Amino acid sequence: MTAAAPIVDVRGLTVEFRGGAKPVRAAAGVDLTLSKGETVALLGESGSGKSVTLRALMRLHPKSARVTGSVRVDGRDVLAMLASELTRYRGRVVSMVFQDPGLAFDPVYRVGDQIAEAVVRHEGTTMAEGRARALKLFERVRIPSAERRLDNYPHEMSGGMRQRAMIALALACRPKVLLADEPTTALDATVQIQVLLLLRELQRELGLAVIFVTHDIGVAVEVADRIAVMYCGRIVEMGSCAAVIRTPAHPYTQGLLASRAGHSDATARRLVAIPGAPPDLANLPPGCAFAPRCSLAADVCRRSVPDPIFLKPEHFARCLRIDAAQHHAPSAAVIAAQ
Amino acid sequence: MSVVVDTMFPPDLVDRGGAGTPLLSVRGLVKYFGGKRGALFHKPAVRAVDGIDFDVIKGETLGIVGESGCGKSTTARLIMHIIAPDAGEILFDGEAVGSNELDLTAFRKQTQMIFQDSYASLNPRLTVEDTVAFGPRVHGLSRKAAVARAHDLLEQVGLDPVRFAGRYPHEISGGQRQRVNIARGLALEPRLLILDEAVSALDKSVEAQVLNLLLDLKDKFGLTYIFISHDLNVVRFMSDRVMVMYLGKVAEVGPSEAIFNRPGHPYTQALLASMPSMDPDHRTEEAPIAGDPPNPINPPSGCRFHTRCKMAATLCTHSEPALHPASSDHLVACHLANPDSGHPRLKPA
Repeated sequence: MTAAAPIVDVRGLTVEFRGGAKPVRAAAGVDLTLSKGETVALLGESGSGKSVTLRALMRLHPKSARVTGSVRVDGRDVLAMLASELTRYRGRVVSMVFQDPGLAFDPVYRVGDQIAEAVVRHEGTTMAEGRARALKLFERVRIPSAERRLDNYPHEMSGGMRQRAMIALALACRPKVLLADEPTTALDATVQIQVLLLLRELQRELGLAVIFVTHDIGVAVEVADRIAVMYCGRIVEMGSCAAVIRTPAHPYTQGLLASRAGHSDATARRLVAIPGAPPDLANLPPGCAFAPRCSLAADVCRRSVPDPIFLKPEHFARCLRIDAAQHHAPSAAVIAAQ
Repeated sequence: MSVVVDTMFPPDLVDRGGAGTPLLSVRGLVKYFGGKRGALFHKPAVRAVDGIDFDVIKGETLGIVGESGCGKSTTARLIMHIIAPDAGEILFDGEAVGSNELDLTAFRKQTQMIFQDSYASLNPRLTVEDTVAFGPRVHGLSRKAAVARAHDLLEQVGLDPVRFAGRYPHEISGGQRQRVNIARGLALEPRLLILDEAVSALDKSVEAQVLNLLLDLKDKFGLTYIFISHDLNVVRFMSDRVMVMYLGKVAEVGPSEAIFNRPGHPYTQALLASMPSMDPDHRTEEAPIAGDPPNPINPPSGCRFHTRCKMAATLCTHSEPALHPASSDHLVACHLANPDSGHPRLKPA
């Protein structure tokens, strides 16, 4: 436990989208704190609320979305910020790396100028100083022949290089918190590992707090100190990387680990799949959202949403059948042995 | 177990070539995209597939892996004759596709493809039932028989026909849509199913279900699969043999177990080493290779991997390695796999 106040403090974050027949609750009471220099991975499938949570930290949701709860970053109340404060906050305190850098850059401006512009806007420097910063950043993220590459348009770069440039842009104004939304999902395997290692190195050297959204457990293990597993808008399990991978407590986490192709011996001819599909977010069951797919679900699970139950001071799961789940996890031993 | 409605089609689906003939043989397949030659302009072509040979044995699953731009999807489309090859030959059960013995209609009935995007590959204005019944209708079944067949197939892929037959693609989930695509793919009783990133868009918990389904269907209907994916774990799980492609060429092909345990090509080795470690105490500390794959418009000379290869020598920059047997069924296109290539890193015998 660190004595310092957390840099990110999210309590009871709920994001609701209206517009359809029924409101869709994409995040339903997310609590998340981050210390300085810590990396947390939000792990979940599509619709689990991981990107919605991340976007709420930047206030990127449209006005029609109802965002409640409290989001404090670096001591400031993000949800109460005025437009002018937001402009200063985004990029300078918190910045974001998106999945598709091809869409995040403006296609008609040179990449170097886009980075320089961010520096000029936030720090009031001259364009020349901004360009100089951009060059340093390009070298920092190890883009080869950095000086020449500053004059590239986004389409002139390969996918991996564009993502490096995106990271350079995100770091341009020395933020304290970096939000990464599936930053390596669109990349090839040999490039993905390069970008993951780069992010890890930058995080360490710059002392960044990083929230890393991914659907890939392997990627989460490579970058994160802690893993938060999300399902249907809630964090259903959180703990240190090792705890979640080796002793998963929630049946959903256990199922995810067990259903990974190739996690165990190659002789197993069938995967242990989680039955069914995630429920409709506009039509969630009243109790635990995973209960309809859970082999351990009892009546009590269908009545109310389980509170976190702590196995260790920093490892909890929202599961009422946590004892049964512990005995029921043959897969965990296999994974730990890997 | 013969659950499927019988007597659908003339018996041209029998094993014509015999067990020893590969179900599919690909020889010297080439496809370039674009490219213009002119007095003033010269626009180079994208060399998507640049001379590949391989066989698919009856009843096996051949996995194809590689990074974007390596030509794996183009290969699939060439096999299906969705696009025409520039050169090369495709034999199905010993007969040339498009010849008098095996015209395209007869071939396509025996070979079906499942795509990555489950939504884009379905007609949004057809119900699930009509989608699956469409192929059999076109190939001459009565409406009633085709619908009966569709219901049977939906049952086979785990979709209750009572609940799903009347739905439209936008009314069902991604996993369910991919099941519909699989049912449609099976409707003509094909012998070869090409799965091009068929589970890549699915969530992990649903992916496992669909992979299990594919295994079950393969056993039940005696199918042969070409399984294309960028996910090495999934390919390892599904495949009997694996072919690794790099920039339009075959880098390595062999039994799954050999490829994953004794990879012979430095590219395969790098690809395997790039997989996340899944061990919080031993994270990956160094990227196995630097940089992105080169552009297939202007691929490197010699061995196409030499620009990123740690083992590369001068020889590799000008001489292209051929597939050389590392063992009887394991071929590697690397000078290091060939003791007579003269690669300086080879130890003198």
